[in-house]
Amino acid sequence: MTGIQYLAARTLDEAVGALVTAGAAGRIMAGGTDLLVQMRSGAVRPGLIIDIKKIAEMTGVEETADGGFRIGAAASGAALAEHPRFGKVWPGVLEAVNLIGSTQVQGRASPGGNLCNGSPAGDSVPAMIAAGAVVTLQGPNGRRQLPVEKVPAGPGRTHLAPGEVLVSFTLPPRPQGSGDAYLRMIPRTEMDIAVVGCGVNLTLKDGVCTAARVGLGAAAPTVLLVEPAAKALIGSRLDAKALDAAAAACSAACRPIDDKRGTIAYRTKIAGVLLKRAAGIAATRAAEV
Amino acid sequence: MSKLHISTTINGEPTEFLCEPNDTMLDVLRGPLGLTGSKEGCASGDCGACSITLDGRLVCSCLMLAAEAEGHRVQTIEGLSHGETLKPLQQKFLEHAALQCGICTPGMLVAANALLERNTNPSETEVRYWLAGNLCRCTGYDKIVRAVLDTAAEMREAAR
Repeated sequence: MTGIQYLAARTLDEAVGALVTAGAAGRIMAGGTDLLVQMRSGAVRPGLIIDIKKIAEMTGVEETADGGFRIGAAASGAALAEHPRFGKVWPGVLEAVNLIGSTQVQGRASPGGNLCNGSPAGDSVPAMIAAGAVVTLQGPNGRRQLPVEKVPAGPGRTHLAPGEVLVSFTLPPRPQGSGDAYLRMIPRTEMDIAVVGCGVNLTLKDGVCTAARVGLGAAAPTVLLVEPAAKALIGSRLDAKALDAAAAACSAACRPIDDKRGTIAYRTKIAGVLLKRAAGIAATRAAEV
Repeated sequence: MSKLHISTTINGEPTEFLCEPNDTMLDVLRGPLGLTGSKEGCASGDCGACSITLDGRLVCSCLMLAAEAEGHRVQTIEGLSHGETLKPLQQKFLEHAALQCGICTPGMLVAANALLERNTNPSETEVRYWLAGNLCRCTGYDKIVRAVLDTAAEMREAAR
């Protein structure tokens, strides 16, 4: 094959500069587990592959002074799993990231790539949305921040501007009594794509839910933040009535496709079921900390 | 388009090679480097037959550009045994008849070895999930899982 170039950028400025120059022909590569498959199938034919893993800022995972976390866009699922603290503070985000592909894929695949790939079924995205994660983008006009739910634009598309590179995720510090969880429905236990995925993040005080966020995947053209579901949980003791209302809100938010993985009716029903189960796990975890 | 000149370490040996920007690590291993132990099954990261480690981390060599090896350490199936002397894991695969046609075997061994380097006391469930990205059409997996668990038990015994 001719015409393809590879650049292992050393700095973010170099990566952004190369992406601006390459225009539509440029592709950012983090773990490459989507990009190389898409190149192989002929779905994408980049003129320039810009590898961002030699940029230290891109691969780090660090707890910030305020108790939040900063995750470099190209940090792998395996690196997140090996972090001594991350999985204790954000077990739902970690379990979502670690559901992406096999052990081998985990060695490379990153939540940054998962988000930028733009799949409505990306497993880490609903959990990141539930966590209230914010991404930092760098482009030719400097840096800006965007909540994760504002990034997806449609299947395979994002709201990143031309020349913009995803730099990192920032997860906020957690109040006492917080827990999160991610569940996905697949017909087997490993190595599959979500039929529906649901992330729930909540905070309990004396048994009452004081804060909640819900992310829903594979149920619409983009992963969704489901605010009505969160509203149904906040102020409740997560009793059956509140969970039923939140589940109904998730089902109401669904605009899924019919395909071999699941019908519209099935996905719509399962969205509510997963909400209830994930909320239960998140509440159990919230009670443990 | 001029080829890229890559300096890396493969199975402990400093190695240099030339590659196209879009060559995968698997292309270079099996082609110019002649290390044909790593197999191409799916070329899309589903089957694990091309498993190698990169700086000790298990990856699919079909999902990695050869150019990315610059400055890193690559281990392949060829680096597992010491000459003709098999590693205990390899010997256990023979004893348990954990292979038939053999095409998945290099990837299984590299992947299982990466697990045992991290954990010499995995549960059966942990072994099965760790190896979920390695497909085998012959064995039904049970013999492979037993071979890995038996190796782990022997490693624990040896460490006592």
